[in-house]
Amino acid sequence: MRIHIPTPLRQYAGKKSSIDVQADNVGDALSALTSTYPDLRRHLYTDEGKLRAFVNVYLNDEDIRYLHKESTPVNENDSLSIVPSIAGGSCACCCPCRMNA
Amino acid sequence: MLKIDQTCYDQLRRHGEETYPHECCGVLLGRVEDDDQRLVTSVARAGNTRTDSPQNRYNIDPRELIAIQRQARERGLDIVGFYHSHPDHPARWSSTDLADAHWLGCSYVITRVEKGQAQETNSFLLLGGEEADKRFQDEPLEVAARIAETRTPA
Repeated sequence: MRIHIPTPLRQYAGKKSSIDVQADNVGDALSALTSTYPDLRRHLYTDEGKLRAFVNVYLNDEDIRYLHKESTPVNENDSLSIVPSIAGGSCACCCPCRMNA
Repeated sequence: MLKIDQTCYDQLRRHGEETYPHECCGVLLGRVEDDDQRLVTSVARAGNTRTDSPQNRYNIDPRELIAIQRQARERGLDIVGFYHSHPDHPARWSSTDLADAHWLGCSYVITRVEKGQAQETNSFLLLGGEEADKRFQDEPLEVAARIAETRTPA
């Protein structure tokens, strides 16, 4: 299966935008990825070994949190996308953006 | 430096005017040159999923981002950053912007939209090796008349 690497993590994955791995489930796929590129691990997982809250992992177009998480089975034609969340916004009150304007 | 095509620059500012008084958001597509200069040759609008507080929060649905990424890949483009608007608020990053920024090495462009009219637009580069030391740095923003989508052969 193919794992798509987001722009900020490519520097830890040999500058590759996608990596093919062999795996039976999502967890195995991510393990194969981080075994080959160990520097990726700390960007994907907490010290306790949990996927970081802001790291979304999608199997094709489905969030693995709504499937069977890392136990979700995969096949060779699937693609896995690692997508750090994109969010933010101005604050309602006394935030630094007002102070450094 | 972030160099952005004039058409893209106009599009992202117009987006902020259209969604006012809510925040708009989208993706900056292009390429990174060997000297680390980021070139924006296309922008992709995204929906703001923060319907609970759209006037001061934004969030892009990862599924929408995956679709944008897929289409960009087919055109040979990469994600080089993101944009959003600050309705009636300075075009400076907020503590929320920093806390929720995770694309290290990417540009975050913010436009102040005052009473429905786009005002200044600034870019901030998210620096740092990991979450613990991430920070925004002011980034020069240059608007160019036209930037070719593909590299010019040497």
